[in-house]
Amino acid sequence: MGPRRGVAAWTAAGVAVALGLAGCGGSEDSGAAGAALTYWASNQGTSLDHDRQVLTPELEKFEQRTGISVELEVIPWTDLQNRVLAATASGEGPDVVNIGNTWSASLQATGAFLPFDEQTIGRVGGEDRFLASTLTSTGAEGRPPVAVPLYGLAYGLFYNKRLFAEAGIAQAPRTWAEFVDAAKKLTVPEKRQWGLGIMGASYTENAHFAFIFGRQNGARPFEGDEPRLDSPQMVDGVSQYVDLLSTHRVVNPSDAEYVNDTQVVKDFAAGRTAMIMIQNYATAAIRSNGMADDAYGVAPIPVLDPLPPGGKKISSHVAGINVGVFANSDDTEGALEFVDFLTSTEEQKILNGTWGSLPVVREAYDDPRFRGPLIDVFQQVLAESAETMPMVPAEAQFETLVGTAVKDVLADAASGETVDEQVVEDALAAADQRMRAGG
Amino acid sequence: MSTTTPSRRGGGQAGAAPTGPLPPSAAGERAPRRRVPRTWFPHLILLPALLVELLVHVVPVLVGVFTSLLQLDQFSLRDWSAAPFVGFGNYAVVIDLSSPVGADLLRSFGTTALYSALVVGLCWVIGLAAAVALHPPFPGRGLLRTLFLVPFALPAFASVITWNFMLQRDTGLVNSLVVDVLGLTGERPFWLVGENSFASLVVVSVWRTWPFAFLTLTAGMQSIPAELYEAANVDGAGPWWRLRMVTLPMLRPVNAVLVLVLFLWSFNDFTTPFTLFGQAAPAEAEVISLHVYNSSFQTWNFGLGSAMSVLLVLFLLAVSLAYTGFLRWRRDE
Repeated sequence: MGPRRGVAAWTAAGVAVALGLAGCGGSEDSGAAGAALTYWASNQGTSLDHDRQVLTPELEKFEQRTGISVELEVIPWTDLQNRVLAATASGEGPDVVNIGNTWSASLQATGAFLPFDEQTIGRVGGEDRFLASTLTSTGAEGRPPVAVPLYGLAYGLFYNKRLFAEAGIAQAPRTWAEFVDAAKKLTVPEKRQWGLGIMGASYTENAHFAFIFGRQNGARPFEGDEPRLDSPQMVDGVSQYVDLLSTHRVVNPSDAEYVNDTQVVKDFAAGRTAMIMIQNYATAAIRSNGMADDAYGVAPIPVLDPLPPGGKKISSHVAGINVGVFANSDDTEGALEFVDFLTSTEEQKILNGTWGSLPVVREAYDDPRFRGPLIDVFQQVLAESAETMPMVPAEAQFETLVGTAVKDVLADAASGETVDEQVVEDALAAADQRMRAGG
Repeated sequence: MSTTTPSRRGGGQAGAAPTGPLPPSAAGERAPRRRVPRTWFPHLILLPALLVELLVHVVPVLVGVFTSLLQLDQFSLRDWSAAPFVGFGNYAVVIDLSSPVGADLLRSFGTTALYSALVVGLCWVIGLAAAVALHPPFPGRGLLRTLFLVPFALPAFASVITWNFMLQRDTGLVNSLVVDVLGLTGERPFWLVGENSFASLVVVSVWRTWPFAFLTLTAGMQSIPAELYEAANVDGAGPWWRLRMVTLPMLRPVNAVLVLVLFLWSFNDFTTPFTLFGQAAPAEAEVISLHVYNSSFQTWNFGLGSAMSVLLVLFLLAVSLAYTGFLRWRRDE
């Protein structure tokens, strides 16, 4: 009995130790540089699978031309920033990664990305190939960009032509007053029809609108790196947005719980909302929800008229996706070659044409797909009435704190509480204090 | 015990053993055992577990504590071990209740305490009621027991996201029932934003966790001798007195563990609120785990988030120690 138990115990111990050692040893070979590049793509299509289906043939094309294979991972937007931060902290990341362009300055501060100085950007054809407006969202002013533009996006006001005709509205509203007026006419609670659909619980959308309407009122969210989140102009801007739900009552209160675009687009395509303010990628989503391209029109988001002192004609931020190279990449050359491929005129046409986004290089616009009334509106917005979100390291905090404050105010308004300028001011003042306290 | 005593002696004689009068085969079998004295053996066999424990628990906790002493933000994240050392600076910010960060944390802490108390209480009451109801054998008891366990067995994400659909204002099942079918309120209430969001969170959490209380209490009741109930019956005790005088006292050790586990789970719960509300939870339902996550990941201030986590751990540790101390004191009384 004794010896047998001993043998069994020793065997168990041996196995355990071996397993333990194997567990430790497993990491040794994982750092070895493979021939393949790793590419983290953001979710641009209707699903992660859609993105994979669209990108895979392009990656194969790249491999045929250069011999460099690319391992693709499509990452949902809810995870992308966390994944990038984790990769930054661990140093173990992809070679090439898509980022939301508003994060550029925040990510630039980490130093985890290869700066696109003059020489590096020369590797992808040089600065002059890109649209000037898209280059403004690639990092803090005066510093080499952290990434180059990949897909161009801008906000527009989408409106249902049939509902406009039914309400006797002849054309898209051009001023804010016209817009509110139209939205009121289009709101018919008995028919469960509302003037405007919003994503009230999405803090990123809320932050964008706080910025856009804040700028119309002359707000500057940052003076240098100093936050000014609760300036009277910001309060006016946020109130302009929140009033749509609280005062004008042209938004279905239920929209206060919408966290993403799925339901907003569905409501619009089904005619439950007459207008939505959304970025141009939505064209593909609206189509897949069964609404014909000619059933809706797009106009720039209306602007206050006359503009308040210091106000600017802003109807969108410079939205879009950038593509960057991790500084830790084992194959910087290959990674830059891949970025060059993605921003090539040919790929810009294919990919932006599929996603419904705008090419970021001039030459791609000779394609008929990027001409026409819809695309023209977005191009015009980007060229004339778009400004980049603040390119400061604290931009990510700005989106979280202001976006969440607006979300809470919208939720209060939706639940029937009185939301006036004072409530908005208190919420923004709290956000401002949190940012100053480093939280 | 009987095996360790001779082995210790054997270890002491290790040097003499090979020359002893043992048959060669027996000596060959015993020799490897003697190289390592038996007293080491239990420790040796624990070593891999210890290493793994260090790797998956102790080291990350220490890293977390270390992080809480750093100013770890977007500027220092990449080379985080070289981030500026701020000592207890993050703690000072977090516990300064007059600052917005401290006030937010306190509010979130209060929300969590209430949430945890309600979840533990309700889970225990429902679990006990179900366990008592299913104690006497009857046809279909096994089926009911299995059914009751379903919420606990379902993957958290799948079940909570279903609740999210059910709680939506316009299209959710809950409002269809409350407003359209029963007509309890004229206005469609919100469940995922505003004040009701807290109640939604409690209901979903209780729904997910009560089967665990039921399972534990059912197991505990199996060990209560039937004679005690018979004796109580003879004494003329009704169901209520049987519960009070027999079941509850006999379940005391099980309850002690159950309540502690439920408390720790609910106080730390991240999956349920995060899945139910998404990235930005309503202020009314922002429990502490979400608050720490938001402080770390959405505002990129990992030092502050870590300091909050460390305080949370200290609090849970203090409560657990006080609780077990109280139980021991009551047992010794």
